[in-house]
Amino acid sequence: MNDRRPLILASIIVSIALVLVFRLFYLQIIDDSFSKRAERNAIQRIVDHPYRGLVYDRNNELLVYNNPVFDLMLIPKEFHVQDTARFLQLFDLEKETLKEAYAKARAYSWVKPSPLKKQLSTEEFARIQDYLIDYPGLMILTRSVRAYPKPVGASALGYIGEISGAQLERDSSRYYRQGDYLGLSGLERYYEHTLRGKKGVKYTMVNVRGIEKGAYKNGELDTASVAGKNLISSIDVDLQAYGEFLMQGKRGSIVAIEPKTGEVLTMISAPSYDPNALTGAQFGTNYLQLTRDESKPLFNRPIMATYPPGSIFKVVQTLIGMQMGVINPNATYACNRSLVACHAHPNPVNAFGAIRYSCNPYYHQTFRIMINQELSKNTFKDTALGLDIWREAAMKFGLGQPLGIDLYNEKSGQIPASSYYDKVYGEARWRYSTIYSLSIGQGEILVTPLQMANLAAIFANKGYFYTPHLVKAVDGDPEAIPAQFREKRFVGIDEKHFDLVQDAMAAAIYGTAGRAAIPDIEIAGKTGTAQNRQGEDHSVFIAFAPKDDPKIAIAVYVENAGWGGRAAASTASLLIEKYLRGHITRPNLEEYVLRGDFTL
Amino acid sequence: MRRDGLILQKLDWITVLIYLALVTIGWFNIYAAVYDEQFPKSIFDLSINSGQQLLRIGVAIVMILLIMVADYRLFESLAWPLFFIFLILLAVTPFIGKEVNGQTLTIGFGSLRIQPSEFAKFTTALVLAKVMELPSFDLSKRKHQLQAIGVILLPIILIMLQPDTGTAMVYFAFFIMFYREGMPANLYLFTFALIALSLLALGIENNLFLAGGVIAFTLLLYFLGKKTWQRGLVLSLFCIGAIAYAYSLDYAVEKLPQHQQNRIMVLFNPDLDPLGVGWNVTQSKIAIGSGGLWGKGYLQGTQTKFDFVPEQHTDFIFCTLGEEFGWVGSTLIIALFCTLLLRLIFLAERQKTASPASMATVWFLFSSSTSP
Repeated sequence: MNDRRPLILASIIVSIALVLVFRLFYLQIIDDSFSKRAERNAIQRIVDHPYRGLVYDRNNELLVYNNPVFDLMLIPKEFHVQDTARFLQLFDLEKETLKEAYAKARAYSWVKPSPLKKQLSTEEFARIQDYLIDYPGLMILTRSVRAYPKPVGASALGYIGEISGAQLERDSSRYYRQGDYLGLSGLERYYEHTLRGKKGVKYTMVNVRGIEKGAYKNGELDTASVAGKNLISSIDVDLQAYGEFLMQGKRGSIVAIEPKTGEVLTMISAPSYDPNALTGAQFGTNYLQLTRDESKPLFNRPIMATYPPGSIFKVVQTLIGMQMGVINPNATYACNRSLVACHAHPNPVNAFGAIRYSCNPYYHQTFRIMINQELSKNTFKDTALGLDIWREAAMKFGLGQPLGIDLYNEKSGQIPASSYYDKVYGEARWRYSTIYSLSIGQGEILVTPLQMANLAAIFANKGYFYTPHLVKAVDGDPEAIPAQFREKRFVGIDEKHFDLVQDAMAAAIYGTAGRAAIPDIEIAGKTGTAQNRQGEDHSVFIAFAPKDDPKIAIAVYVENAGWGGRAAASTASLLIEKYLRGHITRPNLEEYVLRGDFTL
Repeated sequence: MRRDGLILQKLDWITVLIYLALVTIGWFNIYAAVYDEQFPKSIFDLSINSGQQLLRIGVAIVMILLIMVADYRLFESLAWPLFFIFLILLAVTPFIGKEVNGQTLTIGFGSLRIQPSEFAKFTTALVLAKVMELPSFDLSKRKHQLQAIGVILLPIILIMLQPDTGTAMVYFAFFIMFYREGMPANLYLFTFALIALSLLALGIENNLFLAGGVIAFTLLLYFLGKKTWQRGLVLSLFCIGAIAYAYSLDYAVEKLPQHQQNRIMVLFNPDLDPLGVGWNVTQSKIAIGSGGLWGKGYLQGTQTKFDFVPEQHTDFIFCTLGEEFGWVGSTLIIALFCTLLLRLIFLAERQKTASPASMATVWFLFSSSTSP
């Protein structure tokens, strides 16, 4: 009949089967995009956020910890309330807020939790905890925010905040995700990698509606989070708090360093703010307010403000001069006020007297010898050559460059080079008379308060310093801090030259800064007055104590407070006593500092 | 006893084994499709589809046994009455049946419900067998062609009214059998050409390419055969008709509302709307494609388990198989089906006459192994 037809049918069936098999081969084996899409479909990556490391002060007092906050979440699918009035009352909500939150939650997901009330405190949480069970569809999401037991040290400690789009783009390690928190300033930022720990990942399977359906591969790929490491800061929280107390209502900086280690005991930027303001729900509003504050509380003065060092720089000049062999300690120079202004003091002075009485003409004359060493017959060239030699020596004191403290955005200050003046005046068109202000620490020379405190540490150590740093140990291990903080840096001045300088600074306390003297503690210090074109000069003082075994080196700047002998010296003296003795024996001086009318 | 022995001897065990294998695999697959890892239930649990499927398999086997032991003349004599009973049931289903998702497919009371369109497949097969058994019946004759087509058209129209296009399409499978019984091949060629042309017209953006293709194909046909002017004329007419058809089809589609146009376009490119109309196709491809060579393992599929693929225990059951058993499993199933169909063709050829019983059995096997 139709003998070919069954064969044709059979071959059609076989052909269709083959087409299907080949198509499946392509879908299942050649094209691997489907496996990836399947994973994206059904496997949800849930990040287990680690516990951020804590920060302690040098005496193991807690400075920064994690405070749990509780977000009250709502799942629209399960949520229903019979007595709305009672519900609103129990959970302290407005009807409008509830309506809004519910509508938002609905729009986001029917089955996934959305926030109803964010950042409840532990107390608020405790209050509502028992009612939660009565209301299906409510749950608590625990998170943590940074908290500070004492509202001090804000500028050094820094703050954390949500990662920005630009930061996300720069994160080549791809560690961070949208919504992650990270250190944005201060120690939080510098030690971000130490503090943050390591995120854990949990893979769970979800169905088409996003509902969890158990662990993926029985959790084989999951990793646990590793908590961040704790920092032991070098800060002495009592000293820090006392310093901030003394600086209230003023502008300025205080930096105190332990000379033997370079550990920063106190770092104050005034005015400051309560670090608790930049945590949690209020971050946005408070941050905006702080940035708009005309007194710039977010500006970290100790490392970012630069001032001319003033008379304090004379100590550095003496040391460089002696090392160069230009200054003979016994040679005397007349206080010739036709060269540069000075004040009444015994005349003439040798190197010791010049520091003790802060004699300006002495440095005008000795600096000229340092600069014009007759390396060239041309006065202009000679000045340029001499300046650069001198500059190299000055920079060894950690000036004109960032010291490298464990904070970002440290300014370098300025020790001008010959090229600087060439640019301003033209090559070979300036000479000593152009730059003589440098001799007494004025003019184009700029230092930060941190560099200033480091100078005090150098004088105390007789010729070396450790890079100032704010962290002395990581998880109790002092070796775990960056290696550069454990390296001695010599300033290129022989130790023998420091005895004279130290003695002169000790004597100077009675010469220019009588208020700084502390009964039974010998301190060595030097006043300074940083010229300020905008208004009243800034009061500056550096010191170290006790003179024979220095435990603290300090620099104090009080802006617009005039002469260094008053505001700055008094403040430094109180802090030294507080640190060395643990308490204050001169309440009158404290009152004087707090009153703050130094220029009257 | 003699009679039983005869039946067992007459039984084609290859077919039976393939049938049982497919039914068993289907049953396990349905269990995998509805399996919920968090609330695992037994495969026998009657509250889930796999338990219900086992019941259906049991009923099917009982009915197969009944059919085998019964005298085939019984079916012969009942063919027409049964056919009309189910036609009536099909006709009243839209009025007294239960509506689900806009379709009215089942009638009955409470949990005892039947779907007449499933039974009508069987009765239609019986009647066709009875009609075609007549020695005078010849599908090359116009009158007999219309008779055969009429028999299947009646249930198709009634089922389309339910409306259940899917089941109605199954009835077109009878055309495969008609072909074997001598239905003119030109009818099939014409139909395939029309379908191919329609798909190409919708699938190819630029109709000029299609027109070029059609002309080239016509020329090829002409030069391959006798080069007479009559043949040339006929082919030219067909060529012009095809191009005109393609253009008018595109024109008609463009006149459709946008959302209906989308539905058609998604047929050719599901990625156009992966979350909407293309969802089922896209998700099915993801499920099958993620199976790889060996699959993810039984009950380990994520796409089918977590409801990314809808209707997966019925229309999209192949996704479960593809995901959990990979290319190897899919190929095996296709091979089994292919073998079964080839075996059925072979058996049909061995039969001297197309007896109602054999046809009914063949048909019953076919339908019960494919539908859940």
